[in-house]
Amino acid sequence: MKPFTKIVSIITPFDKANVDTDQIIPKQFLKLITKSGFGKFLFYDWRFDHDGQKKNDFILNDPTYNDSQILITNENFGCGSSREHAVWALKDFGFNVIISPSFADIFYSNCFKNGVLPIILDIEKIKKLLLYKDKIELDLNSQKITFGDESINFEIDSHRKIRLLEGLDDIDLTLKEDEKIEYFEKNSSRISIFE
Amino acid sequence: MTETLFEKIWNSHVVVERENEPSLIYIDRHLIHEVTSPQAFDGLRANNRDVRRRDLTVATIDHNVPTTDRSLPMIDETSSTQIKTLEKNCKDFGIKLFGINDPNQGIVHVIGPQLGITLPGSTIVCGDSHTSTQGAFGAFAFGIGTSEVEHTLATQTLWLEKPKTFEILATGKRKNPFAVTSKDIILSIIKQIGTDGGTGHVLEYHGDAISDLSMEQRMTICNMSIEAGSRAGLIAPDEKTFDYLNNRKYTPTNYDELVDYWKSNLMSDTNSKFDKSFTIDVDKIEPQVSWGTNPAMVSDVTGKIPTPEEFGQNNEIQIESAKKALLYMDLKPDTPIVEIPVDRVFIGSCTNARLEDLKDAAEIVNGKTVNSHVGAMVVPGSQMVKLEAEKLGLDKIFKDANFEWRESGCSMCLGMNPDILKPGERCASTSNRNFEGRQGSGGRTHLVSPVMAAASAIAGHFVDVREFC
Repeated sequence: MKPFTKIVSIITPFDKANVDTDQIIPKQFLKLITKSGFGKFLFYDWRFDHDGQKKNDFILNDPTYNDSQILITNENFGCGSSREHAVWALKDFGFNVIISPSFADIFYSNCFKNGVLPIILDIEKIKKLLLYKDKIELDLNSQKITFGDESINFEIDSHRKIRLLEGLDDIDLTLKEDEKIEYFEKNSSRISIFE
Repeated sequence: MTETLFEKIWNSHVVVERENEPSLIYIDRHLIHEVTSPQAFDGLRANNRDVRRRDLTVATIDHNVPTTDRSLPMIDETSSTQIKTLEKNCKDFGIKLFGINDPNQGIVHVIGPQLGITLPGSTIVCGDSHTSTQGAFGAFAFGIGTSEVEHTLATQTLWLEKPKTFEILATGKRKNPFAVTSKDIILSIIKQIGTDGGTGHVLEYHGDAISDLSMEQRMTICNMSIEAGSRAGLIAPDEKTFDYLNNRKYTPTNYDELVDYWKSNLMSDTNSKFDKSFTIDVDKIEPQVSWGTNPAMVSDVTGKIPTPEEFGQNNEIQIESAKKALLYMDLKPDTPIVEIPVDRVFIGSCTNARLEDLKDAAEIVNGKTVNSHVGAMVVPGSQMVKLEAEKLGLDKIFKDANFEWRESGCSMCLGMNPDILKPGERCASTSNRNFEGRQGSGGRTHLVSPVMAAASAIAGHFVDVREFC
């Protein structure tokens, strides 16, 4: 995974609550067997009409936001299905940061595995950010978002922060604990399915 | 110190624990299916890694499979590729697969318990959010993403932050236990605690109204914990649990010994502390029907479609969501639920396609005919369920009533196979999610119990199933 770097980008405001992963990436696109190429299907039913034409009133079709890397959304983002394809689609589309008052658990966890930073901010701070139309600067290391003369801090678990900043591979880290896993298996034998 | 059931399971699976860091948790059972696993196997190959415990890992094919005649070639090439990819991955890595023509094939959360793979006190994962179903056996069972599938394959562990605990106490006795089902209990709970009420928590259900339920009914409750935002739901095992798992295909040989241990260990201690609590009295629960586009948008069958303001109660976000939902669902406030017509009826999914569900639905259907405007289908949760149902003659009851009787799979719960709604079609569905487009782009889903779905199929619109009993 690539290390997470400082981000300078405008914000895409996406004022919806309870956005489920079925909306983020509809099921007809889950049949690919690779991790790439999901961006063009992001929010497919909201971005395109039944004839496959772009819906002009949908925010992600507004060229203003073409290069935006930051999505600001409303509560309980990413609820429903565990499909990691939702994060792959957002990332492939260009979003590296998602800001919301709350996230669904599985989606939140999936973000970190793919170098996407989910930030939980309270509504008041989000409203303030949404007023700002120019580029903002987001620094994970100092946990700070700077916009114009103002700035706000955000919280993130220190462990997850380090993994993102260094682009560490989870499995590599876990394999360093191999002795402990073996010790656990020896001391409390697990029940094999096929005895 | 007192501990909740969840804390006991968690503590007995900690491999690595450090202050202010996630813990490394051992995984006892890893179930795999065709949709969320191909990229995980690719990852193993790219890094030259192997599967650590193939004896704790099994796979099946459920999401994509056609539910029509399986001796015919598959029309959808991408589905076919995904299925072949799983077959190859299982062969290459030596993983047991219940394939498309295996008598044990079925929806992963249905076959786990049916085969005795699901065990009390264990940790169970699958790349599917409805893994929570298996919490009904007193297991910590939860859905994971594909990266975690790869991680589990390679290490048989996962880094997890310890979830908080949420007690759901269900008291009282259902007035009409045939018509008011566990589906109605869980929909009522979600209606009240909300779709994110359980976020960050494991729900532990207990109380007389839970003990009263059969294992299959308990699975419906735990299944939809994720619809309340919880990765896992949990019910302490009891005699019903131990009876259910006895003498299954993969029930461990030292089962009696295990049961003795579980009996004395797998329950929350008296006075143990939960981070949150909620009590529901099931006496008052009516059959439920969802009207919106998330599983908290639910009404009593005797009720009416609420106005967005009634639903949102001063919460602007909720009011806005309800407006959008009504627009999508093409429904007007104050419409009585029983006046809403249905075009399609789907009895299936990991929520409600086990034998009891089909038996109850068949009891409603027996001797009647599906309304001529309705297309109705039954998709058993597994091939074993299908076979058992056929032995009881349920297939004949459904077919005589003009229901389609299909092969098992996830089917129209999420419409990855050809079983989908057409734009604008309205479906009474026993599945778990009423999200926009879930059952097909533009399709409109109403979540109900199997008996409610069966009664709606006959009537052509929603009806109070208590009037059918």
